[in-house]
Amino acid sequence: MTALFDYLLGLGDDALVAAQRTAEWCARAPQLEEEVALANVALDQLGQARAFLTYAGDLEGAGRDEDALAFLRDEHEFRNVQLVELPNGDFATTVAKTLLLATYQNLLYTRLSRAAEPRLAGIAAKAAKESAFHVSYASVWTVRLGDGTPLSHRRMRDAVEEVWPYTHELFEPWAAPEAGLDPAALRGPWLEVVDRVLGEATLARPRDGWAATGGREGRHTEWFGPLLAEMQYVHRAHVGARW
Amino acid sequence: MVKAEVEAAVRAVPDPELQVLSIGELGMLREVSVDDDGNAVVTVTPTYLGCPALELIKADVAAAARAAGAADVEVVVSMSPPWTTDWLSETARAKLADAGIAPPGRLSLPLLQPGCPRCAFPDTTELASAGAAACMALRLCPGCGEPFEHLKAH
Repeated sequence: MTALFDYLLGLGDDALVAAQRTAEWCARAPQLEEEVALANVALDQLGQARAFLTYAGDLEGAGRDEDALAFLRDEHEFRNVQLVELPNGDFATTVAKTLLLATYQNLLYTRLSRAAEPRLAGIAAKAAKESAFHVSYASVWTVRLGDGTPLSHRRMRDAVEEVWPYTHELFEPWAAPEAGLDPAALRGPWLEVVDRVLGEATLARPRDGWAATGGREGRHTEWFGPLLAEMQYVHRAHVGARW
Repeated sequence: MVKAEVEAAVRAVPDPELQVLSIGELGMLREVSVDDDGNAVVTVTPTYLGCPALELIKADVAAAARAAGAADVEVVVSMSPPWTTDWLSETARAKLADAGIAPPGRLSLPLLQPGCPRCAFPDTTELASAGAAACMALRLCPGCGEPFEHLKAH
């Protein structure tokens, strides 16, 4: 299969798994406004996943649509980074994951909106605008918790420390020629945004150490299987069901 | 002239989520073409990628075009160029305000704090940066004491 197909799976799977995980906050968020906000972040991610996976299926030309790709692939066939499959943890952990992922997605989509491939550029241009809201939402909360009470500061700091090792995978060499970009080149601009937010939140950037890897090759964390099982079982239990 | 009738009919299709607005006023309708046999192709752009109402909008558009005399209807969804709040018509902005939603500013102009859509009090405060949609902020008006939604320019 082509490099672009694999690349679209990666883009789509990052968004799909982030959507599924974030949506777990429905009916569990600390307040109604945050529940609605997180549900909308998840819905944006789901919309992006649908666009990328539909595109991947069209490109493959084997009759797999977005549903076949989302619900009928097994764990090792998913190309998402491990960051998006991590458990939600407390609210601060979700805020940290959202900030670090959305900042990356916003920079990536902005660059992809200038890709030579028009369909990729079109989806990316739309997705870039959506992820800008996610960055702003997560930034506000990172600052509010980090520069808040001693307790909220400690939990926000712990959250960033906990997910930091999973951010390196975002910048590993992995891209289709059609994308026209090197993921490693995104880390500088990403650190600029993240440093600014962490600074305002009175938090230090964690030191780089151990780095998670393998998601793009289909190696996932122990938390991924249960997430997929929950996401896929209705589709698999009722084959061909329609609304 | 079938094209004019089809175009007027699909332009007037109400948005399923914001019923006060039509897809024409929202700027979601990109193009309408009708060939000599009366077959129509209607191009729409969703306001965001995850729009759950898109299937319903496509069905409503197809039904409206047929009712206006189109023989066959194809509804094409185009993501590019991406929808922007700048495509909202003046009528749409006025209707949003009437429905209690502060309309967005223009992207080309400096961003101003939205005034209260109910009592026009100018100095309002943000309660939550994301409300009913990620692009919708929840604000409070100290003038009338009521919360209201603000569609952020994007």
